[in-house]
Amino acid sequence: MSTAVLQARGVRKSFGHTEVLSGIDLDVTPGETVVVLGPSGSGKSTFLRCINLLESLDAGRITVDGRDVGYDVRNGRLHELSPNEIARRRKDIGMVFQQFNLFPHMTALENIIEAPIAVLGEGRREATARAVDLLAEVGLAGREKAYPRQLSGGQQQRVAIARALAMRPKLMLFDEPTSALDPELVGEVLATMKRLASAGLTMVVVTHEISFAREAADRVVFMDAGQVVEQGTPEQVIDNPQHERTRAFLSRFL
Amino acid sequence: MATTVQDAPAAGLELDVRNAAHRKHPWRWLSALVVLVFAAQLVKMLITNDNFGWDVVWSWLRAESIVRGLGITLMLTVVAMVIGVVLGVLLAVCRISANPLLRGAAGLYIWFFRGTPTLVQLIFFYNLSALLPKLNLGIPFGPVFASVDTNTLITPLLAAILGLGLNEGAYMAEIVRGGLLSVDPGQREAGQALGMKNSRIMKRIILPQAMRFIVPPTGNQVISMVKATALVSVIALSDLLYTAQSIYNRTFETIPMLIVVCLWYLAVTSVLYVVQSFIERHYNRGARHQAPSFWDFLRIRPKGSAA
Repeated sequence: MSTAVLQARGVRKSFGHTEVLSGIDLDVTPGETVVVLGPSGSGKSTFLRCINLLESLDAGRITVDGRDVGYDVRNGRLHELSPNEIARRRKDIGMVFQQFNLFPHMTALENIIEAPIAVLGEGRREATARAVDLLAEVGLAGREKAYPRQLSGGQQQRVAIARALAMRPKLMLFDEPTSALDPELVGEVLATMKRLASAGLTMVVVTHEISFAREAADRVVFMDAGQVVEQGTPEQVIDNPQHERTRAFLSRFL
Repeated sequence: MATTVQDAPAAGLELDVRNAAHRKHPWRWLSALVVLVFAAQLVKMLITNDNFGWDVVWSWLRAESIVRGLGITLMLTVVAMVIGVVLGVLLAVCRISANPLLRGAAGLYIWFFRGTPTLVQLIFFYNLSALLPKLNLGIPFGPVFASVDTNTLITPLLAAILGLGLNEGAYMAEIVRGGLLSVDPGQREAGQALGMKNSRIMKRIILPQAMRFIVPPTGNQVISMVKATALVSVIALSDLLYTAQSIYNRTFETIPMLIVVCLWYLAVTSVLYVVQSFIERHYNRGARHQAPSFWDFLRIRPKGSAA
């Protein structure tokens, strides 16, 4: 158990009177790529946002690399941390957003080096050299000086991936990374993600791309109505689903 | 007429819009004429009406007392705006904070200072000693460490700075709040997900983007402030207007002295206009719409329009 990068136990979350997560359990081991599938409103994005505490939990517990993001354990009890301490714990968890959320007033390079300099205390020269490498890695060599607006959606998302990688995260979260892209741009982002998965990055990916789940996932988790309905290898869940709800969801993609 | 209409399609192919006859604009010419007549009249009056006293204007324009008054006006503008901006940022942050007490207090402040005339606030601070004869520094409800006579502390200058600065803070708070709210919440989340502290997110990510929405109305506020400082003449502070008034009360050259004052205000606000256009360009990095250049107001035809 202690080898897991991510451990979630009984995670519950409500918005007003609507319960979005009704007790989620999930373990992710180092190097594993877990793809979370499920219909809209099933709570998969909310769960992802609970992992790095962009949403607070109402009940249950999530640890990343053995530590709670928002709490310290003292005398057998969890104690809330200060915002600055939470910020420090988030630095090991990378996140890629549906809407990219690049900083529009910074160039691609500035987007990438901002957090390594501010949070990891890297020198500007060191951070810049690494950012240039990362941009090349996501297929955007030479676009250092481009502002986000001058890039296509697919290119922006790849800059966002490079920005998250610059923090050398132990865990990467992808929140529907291709849902805001034009269909012809989805492939380039998925290809980048597949390379990361095979390079051994630990990833949790919320997506509607069944083909990506089939090709890149070590494990597929199907969620519905705030619960994990079933999980297993892509062959088990996608090709031979055990639950009616999974079958109903997957039938829409055939 | 009927024959032209019928001939047109037949002749159509070799016609070209390039050679089309332009529409006539008789009303444009007529309105231009009216404006020109008024302008000519204005120029004639400026030159021939001796009551303007241009020689008096010229001799007082750079007089030492006037320049000193201008200095007070500029100093007041700068100090009051600095107080206003700092206070405005603080109040705006309070207004959007999670703490309901802070939100309420900031709201009350803004309500009061926007809801009463600046002139009244100035006179109020000037007469503060009538309300609080002594100002004490100490522990609330506890011992007093230092005490000072209000009349000694609140000079006309300090009353002016307090009146204008605290009032400005209320307006700046709303401008800053609007700017902060205009930034997409995803920007804060991206910063948080990267492990950045809230103060750093505010400084490096939110504020620079909010500045695009904060700078233009703040430029307006600075220009208003330059002119609002003229209100301090009611509390006998020798700014530009008060200096001019005390001169014409002696010499009865009212109109020339007011023209001196107007020329200086125009000069200062013109300089500010240029400064503002440069600041706007700076904060528009990466933005879709470029800020208008300083010279745009001289353009008769809008940029990019064909005719």
